Amino acid sequence: MQLTNRAKKIDKSEMTLAERMYLPAIAGGMAITLKHFFKKKPTINYPEQKRYLGPVFRGHHILKKDEAGRERCTACGLCAVACPAEAISMVAAERKAGEENLYREEKYAAVYEINMLRCIFCGFCEEACPKQAIYLRHDQFVPVFMSRDEVIYGKDRLVEDMSSRYLREGWK
Amino acid sequence: MDIFWIKAIIILVIFGLSLFVAMYSTWAERKVAGYMQDRPGPNRAGWGGLLQPLADAGKMFFKEDFIPAQANKWLFIAGPCLAMLTALLSSAVIPFGDTLRIDGQEIQVQGIEVNIGILWVFGIVSLGVYGVMVGGWASNNKFSLLGAIRAASQNISYELALGLSLIAVIMMTGSLSVRDIVNSQHGGGWNILFQPLGFVIFLTCAFAECNRTPFDLPECEAELIGGYHTEYSSMKLGFYLFAEYVNMFVSSCVVSALYFGGFNYPFMDKVAEALGNDATGHNIATAIGFFAFFAKALFFVFFFMWVRWTLPRFRYDQLMNLGWKSLIPLSILNIIVTGIGLMFNLRWFSWVAVGIIVAVVAIQAATKPKAARGILEAAPVR
Ligand code: SF4
Ligand code: SF4
Repeated sequence: MQLTNRAKKIDKSEMTLAERMYLPAIAGGMAITLKHFFKKKPTINYPEQKRYLGPVFRGHHILKKDEAGRERCTACGLCAVACPAEAISMVAAERKAGEENLYREEKYAAVYEINMLRCIFCGFCEEACPKQAIYLRHDQFVPVFMSRDEVIYGKDRLVEDMSSRYLREGWK
Repeated sequence: MDIFWIKAIIILVIFGLSLFVAMYSTWAERKVAGYMQDRPGPNRAGWGGLLQPLADAGKMFFKEDFIPAQANKWLFIAGPCLAMLTALLSSAVIPFGDTLRIDGQEIQVQGIEVNIGILWVFGIVSLGVYGVMVGGWASNNKFSLLGAIRAASQNISYELALGLSLIAVIMMTGSLSVRDIVNSQHGGGWNILFQPLGFVIFLTCAFAECNRTPFDLPECEAELIGGYHTEYSSMKLGFYLFAEYVNMFVSSCVVSALYFGGFNYPFMDKVAEALGNDATGHNIATAIGFFAFFAKALFFVFFFMWVRWTLPRFRYDQLMNLGWKSLIPLSILNIIVTGIGLMFNLRWFSWVAVGIIVAVVAIQAATKPKAARGILEAAPVR
């Protein structure tokens, strides 16, 4: 009975002497390996050579600022709610007079932390955010951490640097 | 300088060279494997991974050295030493080059020139199986013992065919000395031209003697865990593996000396003439010959690797069948045909054997019923 259309008819008849001598088949096989010997290698030498991960890659989180350099996050907590891993926690604060150039909305996140041990890089936080404040970078991994005090990423590591703004491929 | 010291230096150089080549074979093996599998191979330690052998040695030395409680301790240690010793001893009689002229003395670029050179190689090589056997037995492990027994029986069966295929060469040269065999191929008359069948048999058996794929039956993960060296760790295992590489280099040297003219290369007489007949010219000509020999030997080292990364391992009964039922009769046939040729002074005569085989193959292939052919023919798509 044929289950798939990839079935092969197998020759179970006795081998001829040429086949039993192996030598012609061996020569053929060696020609194939020699051809591969001179082929260009598709290897990417990882730490030195990195390949573009694509616009949909979800990596390091970033808290965006707007064009004027004001933090966009309004500490609504929607990202924390959306997060299936409960990795995000924040403390909200009210914007004081004179801080308008720092925060875009009247409420802002005084503390914003992501536990990178918990995060599963699902990207739900960026989908949930009504202020387009949190994104997952498509061009950067979260670096390896060696101890537990390094795994909580606070605002110091999340807020965007205005001198080198993160622009997603396709935004350009 | 005393001839004794020159000889001592030459022996040391040959010794070092075998070790060096074997060391870099371990690197080359992985490089070749990588290239044949479309990847670059080791490239982290040093440029192109060139420091890899050192890194390996470091790793091997610092690993835990373990001796099983029930093992025979001294034999357990002797096993890898024996393997290494025998591997290194056999390079002594290989003529790496012609003669060097120093202080008006002609000194052969060779460890020792004995008139039974090739017997020496065979004697030592057959001792090599003791390393495996002792190691496998002393481990006090059933799988190791089975692996060792397999190695021993494989070596014995293939040594027969190896020796028999060689006899044709010895018949044509009339000497057992490797140097004589090399010299008799002077002027382009390489033995490969007269002994094609013998060469194929010899090469196959050389693979089996070195326990290289497709004949690396003594070690087999599926049935024997690691084979004879299951219980070995650290540098003792390293010695076993390293001995395999030394063996590979030595057999490459033997193959190129016996069948590919050794240090002879095309137009060597013209080159020697151009360089002049004084000591320097002669020495330079010898050096060129040495490099020719080396190139051939290294090609065969590559060939060993090439085959290893092409072919899968034989099954044990296939191995035995091939050895006893094909290679030994074929090598006897080769001796007979060569003998007939020598009787009528026809050096090319052993091609007749090849011709007969090719003819039989062609007839069989042509007369095989059509219906039986068509291997792996794709079934029609429905
Ligand atoms: S990517 Fe997913 S898991 Fe990570 S912080 Fe955002 S919502 Fe939570
Ligand atoms: S990042 Fe977005 S969703 Fe999360 S608290 Fe800030 S504004 Fe709300």
